[in-house]
Amino acid sequence: MSERIKVLKTYKIFIDGKFPRTESGRYYQLKSKDIPYANVCLSSKKDLRNAVVAARKAFLPWAEKTAYNRSQILYRIAEMLESRKTQFIDELTIQGFSKKDASKELDQSIDRIIYFAGWADKINQVFGAVNPVASSHYNFTLFEPMGVIGVLSSDESPLLGLVSSIIPVIVSGNSCVVIASEKYPLSSISFAEVISNSDVPSGVINILTGTKKELATPISSHMDINALGLFSQKIDKQLFINATENLKRISSFNDIQIYSDDFDSPYIIKKFMESKTTWHPVEVDFTKTNNY
Amino acid sequence: MIKEFKNIRVDKLGIEDRINRITKRSLKRESKLKGLEMILSMIDLTTLEGMDTVKKVEQLCYKATHLHNQFPNLPRVAAVCVYPNMVRIASNSLKESDVLVASVATAFPSGNATLQIKINDTKEAIENGANEVDMVISRGKFHSGEYNYVFDEIAAIKDVCGENSRLKVILETGELGDYDHIRMASEIAINAGADFIKTSTGKISPAATLPITLVMLEAIKDHYYNTGKMVGMKPAGGISNAKLALQYLMLVKETLGNLWLDKHWFRFGASSLANDVLMQIAKQKTGFYQSNNYFSKD
Amino acid sequence: MSSTIQPLEFNGNWELSPSLESTDHLSLKNQYGLFINGKFVKPLSKKLFPTINPSNEATIAMIAEAEEKDVNLAVKSARVAYDGHWSKMPNKERAKYIYRIARMIQEKSKELSVIETIDGGKPIRESRDIDIPLAAAHFYYYAGWADKLKYAFPIANPKPVGVAGQIIPWNFPLMMAAWKIAPALATGNTVVLKPAESTSLTALKLAEIIQEADLPPGVVNIITGPGTTGNLMVNHPKIDKIAFTGSTAVGKSIMKNIAGSNKKSTMELGGKAANIVFEDAPLDQAVEGVINGIYFNQGHVCCAGSRLFIQESIYDLFIRKLKDRMQSLILGNPLDKNTDIGAINSHNQLSSINKYIDIGKKEGAEIFQLNCEIPSKGYWCAPTLFTNVSQSHAIAREEIFGPVLAIQTFRTTNEVINKANNTPYGLSAGVWTDKGSKVFNLTSKLNAGVVWANTYNKFDPTSPFGGYKESGHGREGGLHGLEAYLNLS
Repeated sequence: MSERIKVLKTYKIFIDGKFPRTESGRYYQLKSKDIPYANVCLSSKKDLRNAVVAARKAFLPWAEKTAYNRSQILYRIAEMLESRKTQFIDELTIQGFSKKDASKELDQSIDRIIYFAGWADKINQVFGAVNPVASSHYNFTLFEPMGVIGVLSSDESPLLGLVSSIIPVIVSGNSCVVIASEKYPLSSISFAEVISNSDVPSGVINILTGTKKELATPISSHMDINALGLFSQKIDKQLFINATENLKRISSFNDIQIYSDDFDSPYIIKKFMESKTTWHPVEVDFTKTNNY
Repeated sequence: MIKEFKNIRVDKLGIEDRINRITKRSLKRESKLKGLEMILSMIDLTTLEGMDTVKKVEQLCYKATHLHNQFPNLPRVAAVCVYPNMVRIASNSLKESDVLVASVATAFPSGNATLQIKINDTKEAIENGANEVDMVISRGKFHSGEYNYVFDEIAAIKDVCGENSRLKVILETGELGDYDHIRMASEIAINAGADFIKTSTGKISPAATLPITLVMLEAIKDHYYNTGKMVGMKPAGGISNAKLALQYLMLVKETLGNLWLDKHWFRFGASSLANDVLMQIAKQKTGFYQSNNYFSKD
Repeated sequence: MSSTIQPLEFNGNWELSPSLESTDHLSLKNQYGLFINGKFVKPLSKKLFPTINPSNEATIAMIAEAEEKDVNLAVKSARVAYDGHWSKMPNKERAKYIYRIARMIQEKSKELSVIETIDGGKPIRESRDIDIPLAAAHFYYYAGWADKLKYAFPIANPKPVGVAGQIIPWNFPLMMAAWKIAPALATGNTVVLKPAESTSLTALKLAEIIQEADLPPGVVNIITGPGTTGNLMVNHPKIDKIAFTGSTAVGKSIMKNIAGSNKKSTMELGGKAANIVFEDAPLDQAVEGVINGIYFNQGHVCCAGSRLFIQESIYDLFIRKLKDRMQSLILGNPLDKNTDIGAINSHNQLSSINKYIDIGKKEGAEIFQLNCEIPSKGYWCAPTLFTNVSQSHAIAREEIFGPVLAIQTFRTTNEVINKANNTPYGLSAGVWTDKGSKVFNLTSKLNAGVVWANTYNKFDPTSPFGGYKESGHGREGGLHGLEAYLNLS
């Protein structure tokens, strides 16, 4: 009786809703006890460039959806992730996690997606304002998404870190280009599969695998990226200097924060939003009496 | 001629709300079949390509008079619409039928030419047998605020057409901007003597849309109540399926009523629409969804 | 306008064939019990009453009548559920229950729309496109607040009030149930809800959804019955908060009953909204807004734009456009997708509306009614408008709650603001003008909880809704809608 041969998975990158190979054709290998178990794309700056083009194109239509619509799509991501829990737990254990830790990571990730999904149609209620200016104007402040966000996601936390670096960024309408964990890239690509099953429009989330060393420069210096989210990174000062060319806004978060429940907060969403204040005249009536 | 064009306000969201209601109308069975047959009778079957040839136009004219032999009692299309240099061909091909010949003119589609050239263009089309002329307005002049120029030009072309040829004025709504602009251009065209106002040349996108059509129908309605005169309307371009065409017709019914549900006052500028309408008619009559292998593509 | 110009005709040429929504996929029981402690139980009163389809007077199902013992049982279940586990459940787990309800409403939306239409009389197009989607949206929106309350009320340490007693009307049955239950659950309360006597079915279907969502027993209890059932709830000592949507008269009697007690309350009562059209409004779109404002849901809307104020300079033009637009309204079988005007909800309501129409004629106002075919069975009222109405006419002062519009004129902004505000009601108002600064002048001066500018009858779960003065107190929807269900320390 011969054993059934398994079909092995090829891990590609995720750009514009599709799964291309890196245009550079290069790879790096993941090993467990010196035995290779996966070949992962070593993305190049050209992949990054393509991802930014896709993210820019996807930004406006995503931002113009109603907040309600966006929150429903994010909720769908949670549904899809929940239904694939086993797949993710298996993948995490191959990468060296205990089954217990993997299961906890899944639960936290799913709940975190649901948490942030619920903020989409509430952010402006909590942070927006109607400002009582001292002139006859209706004046209000609203928060808007920034545009394309470059994300360097955590190395230590393969799924929760990834989810925490994407969902708060896109809930307000931003699109993003994400550099996945170098050490544990598989969950990122599997998460890309979940995204592509979840009604998320192509290009809103783009995920590249590769080395931070190689990709940090192009992502920090790209003139069409509006902001950077640095999740648990040892950051070279050069990255900050590069970012000043177009005055990218930079926000950093470390690992302790990611695993804590305190990470569930709207202030993280706000870091990736801009405020806009609008004035409109209010007609003033100069007659003092109520006679007509 | 100097005229004041009253700036009538149009609310975009309100227009789109109204269209939303219209698109929810559900047409079934007899009302759907009647609608489909009306649409057929209102089509201006159109070919306006740089590569048009004599044979292409002749085939189109044959299609116009022989839509689909399987259903013998179908109405014929209203007209065939061609470039001025094809008018004589079309006119000869259609002389035994009641299908009209419409010609574009006035340096279609851009309209960027002198008045004299536009007048000559129109004259030739009519001399060669055009029953109707579809002209374009000068959008550049419109945007420069030279509304009187736009008005005078239309009036001059109507003069050439006289009483015997009906003038359709193409506003090219995709180049005009807001709904307010479209309303204003409609007012200018109607007051300058248009027999029809038409949305588009079909050469740019967006072409006709339901909201734009509603804005124009409202201009026509106000004009009717102010003067008692009817003006026709023709949406053109982008209407490729029967479902959408039925929504246009429903819009006409609920905005202008019975008088306009007639090919003398409402047309569709379309080329592939006819086949889709035929397929829908076949589905209504047989109960089966159709394949376009069974309908000739001309 | 020259008298020789023929008015346009919109009917008689191309009539719409019936396009009926199918009913063969519904799962409806012949008889329903009360939903108490997670199960459907027979009423201790043993009494049942029929719920009928107002478009053809046929009985759809028998509904249980909850009397004192049943009410006590329901409140006890809610109490036990609250004290026992619901108030102790982590916020984010509570949220996930509410998301389940939202999801399932979406999954069953067609069935719910059809049932809503046959039970209440509203057109299928409205229940399908407005009622049911908004009900789901309310559950979605409030689910998201469950674990975020500290941001809505910083420092105040918000806590749930306990058991909420909720009494809802027949004009938007499922939507009203959602408006009540969603924020109550999100803030950690448990619920006893009584739907209106004539429209219990969708609330009972919601009870089935709640069962399917595995909500812990007793968290939501749905008890059916007439006004007396509601009274028992209002007077029950173990209910911490009363939420009522309905007529001002009943609202006042409820407030009397709970006066002096510790019970919190929100009241969403009647209205007589002014819908104001200025000469510089985009007129055709304003017509659409006016039509929507009064004929949507047959005028059974507390915030209906039932008083139209037209600036005198455009009066004739606007009336002509209004009457033309009315010609395209289709009255008929609510299950027909083309129906715009459905059935009046009940015999009583129809009598009340007809009474006001008679009063209007006697008062000297001029009546215009759509000339449409009225079906032989069922309760129907053709869209109606009165012109030559003055501020003191009863039809301009009292809520009719039907498809009847009272039309007045005005000359200046000041005049219309005064006339609009000259009413004990204050739920809503509408303003139509192209001038932005005028919009904000009006909106700042109109005494109404909801003001619509260049639109009307728009609702959203994020947008607070509620009235001034005798239109009630408290707000539903939005961040502000959470307050009613919380104690802030």
